[in-house]
Formats: sequence, C-alpha cells, structure tokens
Amino acid sequence: MLRQAPSFLLQVALTLLGLLAVTFFIGRVVPIDPVLAVVGDQAPKDVYEAARRELGLDEPLLAQFWIYIQKMVAGDFGQSLVTNRPVMQDIARVFPATLELATIATLIGVLVGVPMGVAGAVWQDRWPDQIVRVVGLVGYSMPIFWLGIIGLLLFYGMLGWVNGPGRLGVFFEDVVPVVTGVILIDAAIAGEWEVLRNAVGHAVLPSAVLGYFSVAYIARMTRSFMLEQMNQEYVIAARAKGVSEARIVWVHALRNVAVPLVTVIALSYARLLEGAVLTETVFAWPGLGRYLTTALLAADMNAVLGATLVVGVVFVGINLLSDLLYRVLDPRAR
Amino acid sequence: MNGWRDALLSDNPGSRRDARLGQVYRGWLQFRRNRLALLGLTIVLALVVIAAFAPWIATHSPDEQNLAQRLLPPGAPGHWLGTDEFGRDVFSRLVHGARITLYIVVLVALIAAPIGLIVGTAAGYLGGLVDAALMRITDVFLAFPSLILALAFVAALGPGIENAVIAIALTSWPPYARIARAETLTIRNSDYIAVARMQGARTGRILFRHVMPLCVSSLTVRVTLDMAGIILTAAGLGFLGLGAQPPMAEWGAMVSAGRRYVLDQWWVATIPGVAIFVVSLAFNLLGDGLRDVLDPRQKK
Repeated sequence: MLRQAPSFLLQVALTLLGLLAVTFFIGRVVPIDPVLAVVGDQAPKDVYEAARRELGLDEPLLAQFWIYIQKMVAGDFGQSLVTNRPVMQDIARVFPATLELATIATLIGVLVGVPMGVAGAVWQDRWPDQIVRVVGLVGYSMPIFWLGIIGLLLFYGMLGWVNGPGRLGVFFEDVVPVVTGVILIDAAIAGEWEVLRNAVGHAVLPSAVLGYFSVAYIARMTRSFMLEQMNQEYVIAARAKGVSEARIVWVHALRNVAVPLVTVIALSYARLLEGAVLTETVFAWPGLGRYLTTALLAADMNAVLGATLVVGVVFVGINLLSDLLYRVLDPRAR
Repeated sequence: MNGWRDALLSDNPGSRRDARLGQVYRGWLQFRRNRLALLGLTIVLALVVIAAFAPWIATHSPDEQNLAQRLLPPGAPGHWLGTDEFGRDVFSRLVHGARITLYIVVLVALIAAPIGLIVGTAAGYLGGLVDAALMRITDVFLAFPSLILALAFVAALGPGIENAVIAIALTSWPPYARIARAETLTIRNSDYIAVARMQGARTGRILFRHVMPLCVSSLTVRVTLDMAGIILTAAGLGFLGLGAQPPMAEWGAMVSAGRRYVLDQWWVATIPGVAIFVVSLAFNLLGDGLRDVLDPRQKK
C-alpha cells in the first residue's frame, strides 16, 4: 500500500489541479467584468486600470492561473458581494448546517437501506424485493424539490407534525453559543433541551426527504451485492454444514458485502451534498446549498466559485477516503 | 402463419438487410415481454405526441392571463386542472411544457453523447499519453457533482434554457466517455481492426467506421437511462430560477412558482411535479428494458 502512495497522491493532486482549472475557466468566461464588480461602473479610467492591475488581470493567462492557484490554496476565495465578507468565512459558517443534514440522511440511508436490501436479496422476487425495486425506481425518478414541497404540505401544513422551513424557530435563534456549528450538538452541549426539541422538529423533514434518496440507492446496491454473495460456493457449503440461514445471511454474506458497501455509502454521502442544494432551497435551510443558490441569483461569482470548489474538494476527499477504507478493509486489495 | 414473421425469424436471412431486420425484430419480441418497459415506451411516445400537437391538445394559450380567474381549483369549468397565480390554465401549460422537456432532453443527448463517444474511443484506441490526458480530464469533470457544476456553468453563461442545455451537456458527457473507452479497449485488438489497419485505413476512418458503431448500443442504453437524470437536473435548474425563464411553461419553474401558494392552493405546485415524476419514471423503465435487450451483460 505504501509503495503505491506516490502515484496515488500524484493522481489526487492532478485532480485537484483540474478542479482549480475548471473553476478558473468558468471565472474567466463570465460575461461580467470582474473589475466593474469591484469599482462600480461609474469609476474613472485610472481607478479602473489600477483595480485591473491589482486583480492581476493584465498578466498573461498562465500567470493569472498561477496567482489563482496560490490564492485558492491559501484559502483566499475573495470577498462575497452579498455578505461583504471573505467567502471562506461564509462557507465555514454555513457548511456545518449542510453537514448536519447530509449526516442524518446518510444514517437513515444505512439504517433503513441496508436491512431493506438484504431482505430484497433473501426473498428475491417476492414482496420485500418488489418494495426495494419500487423504492429504488421512485427514488431515481422523483424530483427531490417536489418531494420536499409535498412533505411540507402534508406534515407541516395539514398534519402539523413537524416544524416549518428554517433551522430553528425565531424565538430560539442565538440562544445557544456556537461550538461546532451543528445546532443539534450545540444545543445538547449547552443543555438547552427546549432548543434541541425545536431544532429536531425542524431537521426531521428535510433529513427524511434527503434520507429517502439515500435509502433508495443503498438498498438497491445492497440487494445486488447480497444476491451475488448468496450464489457463492461458501454459502452452499455453510448450508450443507447446517449453519442457520440467519447466520449465513448476517454473518457470512454480509461480511463480504461490507467492503463494497462502504464505497456505496461514501458515494451516497457525497451525492447528498448535491441533493442538499435543492432541499435547502425548499426548506430555507441555511447551508452551503442555499448559500450557493443565493450567490448565483446575485451573480456573486467569488462566492459561487468558492462554494463549487469546496464541494468539489469534499467530493474528491470522500472518494479518496472510501478508496483508502477499501484498501484497509479488504485484505485482497492490500 | 404470416409470411413476414417467418421471414424475419428465419435462420437463413436472404440478405444483410434481412438479417438486421430479423435481429431488430427478435429484440422487439424480447422487449415486448417486459410489461413495465412497454409502459415506459408508451408514456415516452405519448410525451412526443403531446409535444408535437401541443397547440391542438391544449385548451388555452399557455401564456394567456386572466386575473379574474386566478388560482381556480381542479375541476373548475373550462380549467379541469385549475389555474395558476396569473389565471393561466394549468393543463395547457403542462402540455406546452412537454415541448420544453423534450427539447432539453434531446438536445443534451445530441451534444453530450457524441462528445463522450469521440473522447472515449480516441482515448481507448490511441492509448498512451492521449489516453492518460483525456481520462484525467474526464475524471476532473466526474469529481464535481453534476448539478453543482451545471450551476457554476449557468452562473457563468447566464440563466436561460439554451445555457441550461449547454451546462447539463458539459456535465453529462464523462460517463459516456468512460463507457466508450471500455468498449474500445475490448475492440481495439480484434482481428477485423488489424485487417482494416493493414488495408491502410487511416486512424480517423477506423475510429468512425469500425469502432464507434460498436459502442453505440451500450451508449444508447446509458443515454436512455440518463434521460431521467437530465430531466431532473433541468427541472432542478428551472426550480432554482436558472433554467427556462418566465413566462415559459417549464415544469420545474412551474413548481417553483406554485410553491408560494402550496399550503392553500396545492395543485399549482403539485401537478407539474407529477408530470416530471411520470416522465422520468417512464425513461427509467424504458432504459431498463432496453438494457436487458441491447446489453445483456449488464443485466441484473
């Protein structure tokens, strides 16, 4: 494993460089003049030229890219036009909210999806399998923003079981000190159970909506992995030995499924970051996704590219992590 | 029995064309047995028909406003799916929205699939540095979640339906390139390629005439399966206000506009959502059926 490390790291570095190239390119083809965004369109010519030089826009393209890389690596994503603060600070503030949503959704996905997929494989073509199929098919065809709206209509508007959009009720804003940025944890640390209950009421619906898509994906993959294992010779051997069916499924087969499943769960976690953009818009959830769309509509390119880059890097990081876990967990890959 | 059926299924086809037709017919017979896939095909065909004849099917003009009749519930006289916040007929907007959906899906497929095909076959056939460079680029595009990258492109190009198409196409070609490359790697050492090369065929000719046609069937399956995803991404962009612009009757934008009234007038937001769901479900079913016929290796 250590012998492969240099080429492995080189690949990751190249991918990250590629991410930077893509965001740099997008930043360059924008029809909005970045100088005008700084000085305003009333600025006299010399002020304009000075700002242009300061931004490094008079340098050749490759030199500009080099400046860009240095800035990005140092975490300097520029100022946001909307909030008037460094984009990096903004992202650090909103990211925990997205992380909170994606983590709960993944937990739902694993706790529901894995047993469901196992049941689908064990009772192949019977009703548990049909449920897995339907859940999967609906999950791949349903617009996530629409499911969120239906959920709000039903559980908030009609039944009143959950709290509405947002992350906290107005009365509970700024009650607990920010420690981790994850409101559920912060409230528990502060011992504010009232706040915690309110926060849970707000988080239930958006994380359930996101979680559904995670369940659909994880159940489908678990089913196909399990089916493959249940036809292996060691399962027949175990049966012939008289091992109970439950033990074969949960101990023998699932253990072999666990390794590819880790990759699937990591991928689903990464995909939830994407689903979060739409879900956060529907639920007015103050996370990275909503920050991104607000910035988009305000043509705040520093914020857009900063957020895109962060999502890209997190995506690469999660893939890297799952790859490493795969190597650690599967003795054959060592 | 009827003669043409026997002729199609004959073991000794008279000509190359007969053999091809026979193969297509056998595929159809197999496809026909999958009821869900047939359902998907029916819905997709219905979508095409509705889109083609939209002005005749719609009962009203999609942009005709009537503020006296705003937010009427479904079943109201003359508006059987109700009206939206400007008094526009929801059914007519839905019917015209079919055109926009089809326009986006077809255009994205026509842009993304050939890019993927050319990049993938070139990488697989030429190998070496070209392969490494092209696949690195592909990986970079795969490293972004597609909706996020599409958002960034739209931010750069400006909102609008054409830019949404370009943005979605730019984010959806990498999987096609991967598939085309994998197919090319298995094809490239076959005898018939070697023969073509010995006869003096140029690289371009081998790629376009001998390699690409064999990648088409697996690519078709993948594109069909991706259509649902394209529809969802386009609707998502429309929902965020970055795809089709008002007053265009785009389904995602319709959901977004109806969202403000959802607690009291649920139909304005829910009905277009049902349309998105049904159409992407249909494409998923159709894609699954096609995969079983055209690409039995991937069958689950």
